[in-house]
Order: sequence, then C-alpha cells, then structure tokens
Amino acid sequence: MADILIIGAGVTGCAVARVLSRYEANITVIDRGADIAEGASKANSGIVHAGFDAKPGTLKAKLNVDGAKMYPALCEELGVPYSQPGALVIGFTEEDRATLENLVRQAELNDVPGCRLVEREEILKMEPNTNPEVLCALYAPTSGLTSPYEMTFALADHAAVNGVKFELGEEVQGVAKGSDGKWHVTTSKGERVCDILVNCAGVGSANIHNMMNSETLQIIDRRGQYYLMDRMAKLPFTMTMFQCPTKMGKGVLVSPTVHGNLLLGPSAEDIPDELDTSTTADGLKFVLDKSRLTWPQASPRGTITNFSGIRAHEAKGDFVIGAVKDQENAYETVGIESPGLSAAPAIGEMLGTQIAEEMGLAKKAEIVPAIKRRKPFHEMNTEERAAAVAENPLYGNLVCRCEVVTEAEIRDAIRRPVGATTIDGVKRRTRAGMGRCQGGFCSPRVAEILCEELGISMLEVTKCGGESKLLVSSIHDAMKKEGC
Amino acid sequence: MNKRLVDVLVIGAGPAGLAAAIAAKEDGIDNLLVLEREHNPGGILRQCIHNGFGLHRFKEELTGPEYAQRDIDKAKEMGIEIQTDTTVLSVDGENHLVTCVSSKHGVELIEAKSIILAMGCRERPRGALGTPGTRCAGIYSAGTAQKFVNLEGYMPGKRVVILGSGDIGLIMARRMTLQGAKVLACVELMPFSSGLNRNIVQCLNDYDIPLYLSHTVVDIKGRERLTGVTVAKVDANRQPIPGSEIEFDCDTLLLSVGLIPENELSEGAGVKLSPLTSGAEVDDVLQTNIPGVFACGNVLHVHDLVDHVSNESFKAGHAAAAYAKGLLERGETIAVRDGDGVRGTVPQFIRKGVSEEVDLMFRPSGVFRGATCIVTCGDKEIARKKAMIFTPGEMAVVKLKPEIVAALDGPVTVKIERS
Repeated sequence: MADILIIGAGVTGCAVARVLSRYEANITVIDRGADIAEGASKANSGIVHAGFDAKPGTLKAKLNVDGAKMYPALCEELGVPYSQPGALVIGFTEEDRATLENLVRQAELNDVPGCRLVEREEILKMEPNTNPEVLCALYAPTSGLTSPYEMTFALADHAAVNGVKFELGEEVQGVAKGSDGKWHVTTSKGERVCDILVNCAGVGSANIHNMMNSETLQIIDRRGQYYLMDRMAKLPFTMTMFQCPTKMGKGVLVSPTVHGNLLLGPSAEDIPDELDTSTTADGLKFVLDKSRLTWPQASPRGTITNFSGIRAHEAKGDFVIGAVKDQENAYETVGIESPGLSAAPAIGEMLGTQIAEEMGLAKKAEIVPAIKRRKPFHEMNTEERAAAVAENPLYGNLVCRCEVVTEAEIRDAIRRPVGATTIDGVKRRTRAGMGRCQGGFCSPRVAEILCEELGISMLEVTKCGGESKLLVSSIHDAMKKEGC
Repeated sequence: MNKRLVDVLVIGAGPAGLAAAIAAKEDGIDNLLVLEREHNPGGILRQCIHNGFGLHRFKEELTGPEYAQRDIDKAKEMGIEIQTDTTVLSVDGENHLVTCVSSKHGVELIEAKSIILAMGCRERPRGALGTPGTRCAGIYSAGTAQKFVNLEGYMPGKRVVILGSGDIGLIMARRMTLQGAKVLACVELMPFSSGLNRNIVQCLNDYDIPLYLSHTVVDIKGRERLTGVTVAKVDANRQPIPGSEIEFDCDTLLLSVGLIPENELSEGAGVKLSPLTSGAEVDDVLQTNIPGVFACGNVLHVHDLVDHVSNESFKAGHAAAAYAKGLLERGETIAVRDGDGVRGTVPQFIRKGVSEEVDLMFRPSGVFRGATCIVTCGDKEIARKKAMIFTPGEMAVVKLKPEIVAALDGPVTVKIERS
C-alpha cells in the first residue's frame, strides 16, 4: 500500500485526507500546529460564499460554486452547523452600481442561482439597519454560514475513523526526493518517508512548493482582523452584508455567525510574518470605521473578542491545485484563500480523486460513516436535556455557564477521533469559553478535565500547545524557588 | 421529569443567597430551597482567603471562607436545604417556574411562590476592552487567577502586570507577591482607583507596587505565552498618548477591570434591568418588576463590602417570605432618581405610604472631597450625609428614616453637592 503524507491539517488538507481515506493507502497528515485548524481555518469569516465574486473561468469560481453546493448535505452528514441566510453586497455610488451589475453577470457565468440587483427600498425592507444612504445591492440568496474549525474537525474525524493518522506539532523543514524514489521529508521531529506527498500547507504552501520546484510560487501573507460581538436578543442583520469588492478582497463584512454572534471584519494587510496573528489598534479601527458604512450604529460595545487570521494569497491570484509540475508523486493546493472554506469540499473531491486515479489506488470495500454527533446541550429543549442527563449524568454538570456546555460534551471533545488536547481545542469543539466571560469561570475546570482525560498534570495544560502553559508552578514550588 | 413546589426558591448560595434564605426561614418559611451550581456553598468568598470581611456585621475581621461559613453553619442549623452541583437553566418569570439540572437529579422543574435571584457577578474579560495584541496564554481575570492560587494551589505566573485597580486585582497584587511573584505595576485607566482605599494602601503601597493612574495597556505580546505588555498614558478622553509608552517584560497580565452582575437568567425571566447598574430595577424591598421575584447582592448591583450584601439580602429574604404568605401588597411606588455626581441608585423605587427605613445605595460618579450627599423630595431636603471623600470605589449609603419614607409624596432625587 502506498504511503501518503499530507502536509497541513487545515480545512483543505483534512478535506483531501477524507476523500483519500476511501482508498487503500497509509495516510498521515502532519501539521506544525498543536491542533488541526490552527491556521487560516480557525480565523476567517465562516461564510460559504455563493460564488458570484470569483472571476469566471478560474479555479476559484468553479470550486467555490461546486463546494458551496456540497455544503448543506456535507454539514448534515458530518454534524457541522450550517445555515443559508443569504447575502447582500451593498453599493453607494453609480460606480458601485456598475461593479454590482458586473457581479450579477459573473454570477450568471459562474452558474450561481438566484442573484439579482435590488434597489434601496427593497434593501431597507430586507435589512432595516442598513445605512440608509445605500443605493443598490447584489442579493445572493444562496450565501451560507458555517463554523470553519468545526468543519475541519469533522472532516478530520471522518478521515481518522477511516484510518488516517494525524501527527500534530510537527513542522516540515525540508523536502527531497531520495535515491529510492520516495519523498524524504525532514521535520522538527525527524524524517518521514512517503510515496506520495500532498502539500496543503496554507500560508506555508509556497515554501514547500519551492522546495520541490524551480518554478517558484509566492504566498503573500494577508492578515484580516475581526471583531466578534456577543450574542444579542436581536441581531441587526439576518444576512451577510458585504461591501463592494476591491483588489484586496471582498472588503469588510458585517454578518451573523452560524452560532448567532455578530462578526465585523476583516481588514486586509500584507504582513511579513506568516504567523503574526496579533491585532492592532489601527487594524481594529479600520474594521470599525468600514463597518459603519454598512451599519452606522456599529460600536465596540458588546465585543467578546478581537482576533485575526492570515490568508494565503498567491501572487498570481488563483488557487494552484493539482500535480506539482515536473515532479512525480507530488500534489499541492497553494494559495487557498477566500473562497477556500467554501471550496474545500470540492477541492478535496477534485484533488483526492485525481491522486487516487493517477496513483492507481484501489477503492476500499467499505467506508466507515461519520460518527453521529449529538445535538449540543445548548440547543436541546427541556425534554431532550432530561433524556441526555438520564442517559449520561455528566450532562447534568454544567461547566461553561455562558455557552451552556456540559462536562459530557467536554469529555467527548477530548475523546473524539482527533480530540482536543488544549484549552483552545476544547473551546473550538464545544464552545466552552467562547461566551461573554471568555473562559474566566470555566477554564480551571476545563483544565482539570483535560488532565483527567489525557493523564497529564495541571502544569502541562496549555492554551494552544507549545509554551502556552496555563500555570507555571505549584504555589509551594513558587515559594521554594524564592528561597522562602 | 420531577416537579417540585416550594414557597421560596433562592438561586445561588453565595453570601446573598444564604442571607436571603436565612431571613425567609426566620419568618417561618419551611418549604425553602437554595440552588447552587458549585459543589460547595459560599460563592466567591470561598476563594477570598484574605481578611477584612465582616467588620460591620460581626464587628470582627474574618476571612472570606470564615464569613461564608457562619452563614452556612446557620443555614444548616436552621435546616435550610441547599442543593449544590445544580445549575439553573432558565427562569419563567410569569409562571414562577425554574428549570435546573444536576447529574444527581437530572432536569428538574421547580415552581416557587417567591423567587430570589442571587447569582452574583462576573468579571469583565479582555475582549470587552478591545485591547489589541496577541491572544497568548498568561492573561487572566484577577478572579480566575485567585481561584488558581487559593483553591487549586497553582501559580499562573512569575512576573505580573495588573490592568485595572478593582479590589480583586489589588488583593491579587499582594497575594502574588506573597507567593513569590514579582508584581511590576498596577495600571488604571481612570485618574482614580475603583478599589477600596484600604486595599490600595495594604496591597500596593505596603509592597512598593507602583500604581499608574490614567494609563492603560495598549499592546499585548507573546505568541504562545505572554512575553510583555506596552502601557501608555491616556489623555482626558482616555485615548493613549503617543510617545508615553512603557514596556513591561512580564509573563502574566491580570485584569481587574470591572464586575458585571450576571443577569442572563433574569433577562430570560423578563426582569427589567437598569442600564446603570446592569442589575434589576427594584423597590425598597428588592422586588423586581415581576411580582414575587426579588434580587439581592452582586446580581442586583456590584457591592464593595459583603456586609452590605448580607444586609440587603436579609431584606429580600423577609420580603420574599411575606410575598409567599400573601402579605406583601404591591401598590403605587415613588421613583428614586440619580442627580449630580450619583450613578445607579438602588432601590429605583420606594413603595408609597410604607413607614420603614430605606437605605439608598449608589456609586459616586467621580471622586468628591469634602462633599455632601443630599436627598430631596420635590423642593424639600429629606436627608443629607457629609463625607471626607466620595469615590466610585466605595458604595455610598444614605438612610431614609421611616417617618420620612411614610411622608414621601413625589419622586426622590439623590445628588452630591460639592463644597
């Protein structure tokens, strides 16, 4: 059986891994992050784009539209939240109108259903909190919302139950073809040898491509900063509100999230460091100022957190997907920026199938279905909650009071096929700590549960792997070191 | 699903809930239940192992756990049922129906004649401040750090900067120092501290920890664990002044930037909240806009001293007992309004025609030296209180005598007159 190594456990790598897990092969996914979805997959807008934005004829356009069509059924199958509230792209000037008319034409060429131009009156009827100075908008009824990291976790879990191994906290340092004809990959933990190499390394994908190919690619690290607002009794918008796109991207959006928060952002700054996900006063101010164009009442009141993610923008603009040129047994996905989340399921099918066909992988006789996930306690009604506690008493122990997350769900998140090993890992899988107290109350208890499940001590618990330890010593050792 | 009927239900077994339950029991309410989400009663006092509690109520200096234990012992002695490890999921205010869950009893429905909301408060987190920077480990609210140190026995860091000068932050400055950590600075956005003066003296000054007033944290650094913060001076509009930055090399940032009454359940119940206190609007017996639903302690408004919490909660417990017995009339009320220098007076209403003593409690909106608090009804002055200093860190209390309350005939205004 062929050994396949996939570099990168983001939404693209996990989507490819899941498709390849239907074939006879030994598949390993490695990632430098302490968890899967640690790069752009954890910090983006969470929009399943309808597909009107990408230039017709590009891979971005085709895979966006194909991927978006797959989302409803895929989310149902994998137990990932999804909704389809639609979107408006609003314009304020005649120049904007021309841009929007062009987007409507693009939508037709890209085969995106139902897009049309709407005028001020209809916009204000659809979304009364829109800036009243709006002139017209593109209405896209099929624009959707999902949870990008939950999608990644679910893809990884499904791949894992079908035999894919995940090795995290391992960074690729070098790639070379050995005299044995195999790929020799040097990593922070040693050397890995494989028959087939698949590069899905996000912001690092061009570096890995350039290790294999003299025709170099260039990733521009484009940071996007966001404000995430608390859940409100009534969100100001039901749809995703875009502004007219520019060459830097789709602009600042104001959108509900699939979990009912409100998201403002992103900014778009090209930065020198692909890991610098800090936020800045200027970036956040930009997001707020731009948001006010859509929603004049936008304010930082009710902010739960601000965050940023880095998009892997390839200098030529389109996705680069397929076999690595002039190399055998090497494949890649480079420059997967927006609409990468929307396209990921289609990228997985396209590249996974291509690899299987070209490498002559045999189809498995049986594919293990995705683990059926129970509805989150937060979403259950009283009867469902009573039934859940009767079946598993740990549902009766509330750990995160803001997001109503129980001990049963936290233990389950750690025991999943690719389970949580950090505080952030638990947070993204269960929402414990995502509410208004930001883990102030629940993080000590989550840390204890991690210790019990993983057999580690409190001093080994990290927020997000590496040196991100929560605690530095026991109080007794702290005194000893000071010589008291 | 089990359904229970009780006369008085108390949500929360912290100092507020315990005092309210004791008062209700004293008034002969035997079918009384207290629900507590933690494993032990006592609330946040359990982790406040420093002393200074109970000076007013017990005339002695107790630690937090000692203060709480007195009420826990009394409740036990009186036979009050406290069901711990139980989280209330929702309160139906109209039908007085509470849904709660525990691993022991599953989901339970409890119908109560009177409900007392005593859920306490929570700390404002970093996200609410909008401070830019990285999202690394090493940033804790002061209360979370206090829990790690005092209840779990772990140190969250070695070199500490504290943002905000709320009481928990000040207490933790001393606690971390005594435990061997180096506290580099306490940074406060406002030109004054929001903590008690005694805590500034005993927790910062006594340990030579500098207090930077009119400063804030403008950048947070460190990819995995915190490596430093940038602090800058702020102008009169609380905006950072470029060029005034100071870099601190630290592994821990503790936040003590305000407490927020935890009113998610109250909101769900339909309780009307005050935008000034973030707690319920209540009358002089702590009854909310929903008849038979009462609120007391830090869920009503954030107190400075637990002694005040207990006093307020005794009143709520007595009133809830009276309501359960059908003895609490709900007639016309008189509004209490904030005047100059006053923010969020509680209660917001006084029942018309009752002749009972009423405590008006509020937070001064700034620091006023040698000022006088004056309460008026129409053109008439009905109470006054002079103080050396009024400051937002300390709750101001003005008493209205029973005969004054009985004679009220129009809205009451509370203001601070500067000398």
